[in-house]
Amino acid sequence: MGQKADIDASSEKYLRGKYAIVGVGETGYVRGSGRTTKALGTEAVRNAVQDAGLKPSDIDGMLSYSFNDSTFSPTVAGEIGIRPNFYMDVYGGGSSIEALIGIAIGVIEAGMCKTVAIYRAMNGFSQVRIGGTGGKGAVAPLSGESIFTRGYGLMSAGQMFCQSFMRHMYDYGTTPEQVAAVKAIHSEHASNNPKAYYNKRVSVEDVINSRMIVKPLHLLDCCVETDNGVAIIVTSIDRAKDCQHAPAVIQSVVGRCCKPRADMHYQSGPISTVAGHYGKEILWPNAGLGPEDVDVTGSYDAFTFTTMLQLEDYGFCKKGEGGDYVSNGTMRLGGARPNNTSGGHLCEGYTHGINMVIENVRQLRHDVDDFCPIGADGKRQHTYDYSEGGCRQVKNVEVTANLGWATPGQGSAMIMAKS
Amino acid sequence: MTFPNEYLGMPVKIGELDHENREFYRYCAKHDLHLQKCDECALLRYPATTACPFCASPDATWTSVEGKGTLYSYGEVHHAIQGAFRKHTPYMLLLVELDTQKGKPGEFDGIRLTSNLATSEGELAPPELVKQAGIGTRLKIVYKDVDENVSIPLFAIDEDAEQPEKPWRYAIE
Repeated sequence: MGQKADIDASSEKYLRGKYAIVGVGETGYVRGSGRTTKALGTEAVRNAVQDAGLKPSDIDGMLSYSFNDSTFSPTVAGEIGIRPNFYMDVYGGGSSIEALIGIAIGVIEAGMCKTVAIYRAMNGFSQVRIGGTGGKGAVAPLSGESIFTRGYGLMSAGQMFCQSFMRHMYDYGTTPEQVAAVKAIHSEHASNNPKAYYNKRVSVEDVINSRMIVKPLHLLDCCVETDNGVAIIVTSIDRAKDCQHAPAVIQSVVGRCCKPRADMHYQSGPISTVAGHYGKEILWPNAGLGPEDVDVTGSYDAFTFTTMLQLEDYGFCKKGEGGDYVSNGTMRLGGARPNNTSGGHLCEGYTHGINMVIENVRQLRHDVDDFCPIGADGKRQHTYDYSEGGCRQVKNVEVTANLGWATPGQGSAMIMAKS
Repeated sequence: MTFPNEYLGMPVKIGELDHENREFYRYCAKHDLHLQKCDECALLRYPATTACPFCASPDATWTSVEGKGTLYSYGEVHHAIQGAFRKHTPYMLLLVELDTQKGKPGEFDGIRLTSNLATSEGELAPPELVKQAGIGTRLKIVYKDVDENVSIPLFAIDEDAEQPEKPWRYAIE
């Protein structure tokens, strides 16, 4: 396995169960928001603060991430009267949120602030399209490192990851139909999500018959691009007790864990193995749990393949059996361990990971916002009827896992538990 | 000979400070593949780096390497997002594992070059050629000249090599 990390990367276990996500906030998941990222970020943070039952003045830490396509924390803070004792805006997309949750825990633990809002605000469809056609990157001169990337027509995420995906099929006999099941299953989940941008169910055949973008990725193997703001609030378990909802308690975090040659992941080891192979050595010991203890997963679905590769390398199935795992019904609502019950990036909307964390927080609260009726007590009466337009709450959720993806060589993860 | 100073209509310019890439492409311009060989641990590396990814030594010597290898994995672009590539679809994104240093430093490691499938003249491969290549195909390096300091390394099917009977390709053509 190349240069396997032989250091003990696990942290002391003292912080397990000591911090929680207490608030979640979203705008809609749309194309053509007609608003600035400042407006999207402000609405998301405001909603998250309100959801927590807090006031803006209770928030004194802020974190955000972007590809320089967003609005920074001090601006959003100013919009709603947050005075940060700490803030940081970092570069990055997928895998950032779990890493930033770890950083939030660290800065609170260090006494730098008490309660942190983390957000991602993007016009991912109407302004900066991550996987999109054109843009200045597509026409800039070739220079140095861009000769062996853009010079070869190697630029988008799909173009950068396709060789790892293809090699998994070669190494393990994974079939296009098995992987397409990820989209089909997530579309079932999205059909029970009023917020989902794509809420129509699609079949494995629909995926296979959609046009080829970059082999092995059909159009429907790729995630949606949307405009949205999303936010969460992290604080200590003691402060969480004063909040409105039952806290989603953080058990373990892995932040931007890398394969050897983080710069050029394909130079090292079998490329059909991804960063989760290393991340799992931190995730499970720190959580004191294993994959078998997890009820709901949120495995990042930038592409159908990323969901599969991460579930496999974090140990939800044997190495090489990811194709079977994602297509045998395990990760469907009603199955043993549903994945991305909101529809994820393939269907709900594209946020670089936060909406998958929000979904798992709601699953742990037993308060998913599906089509079930709201009772006299103001609470949703979940039916567990997972047919189209129905329920997407999973029964008895105790533990969730989020598996965040940046590249085959870089990923993050987080375990949360019911309080 | 006149040079276009561009590749597929994209201007090519390597910055003065980018010593490693300037050197790599200067050897390519001579049609003589060179990689940095670490003076400490003797491992070759790609792409060009300032220090050794295996032992961190800053000292390396540019060393001639045979431009032959096997297609390790690939993608096939049908929807190009760069204008320069639109008229060349489908084009193949190659990961070529060189024969040199295969299986080192670890059993599953190797020097893997990103590239495109090309004709032996260095033109991007037409669709019928793309269909012939798959994982296991034996490849040889070819070059497309840009100027006196830069040529773009590409890979063509090695007609002189023993080829697999049926290279592995994605299940759906």
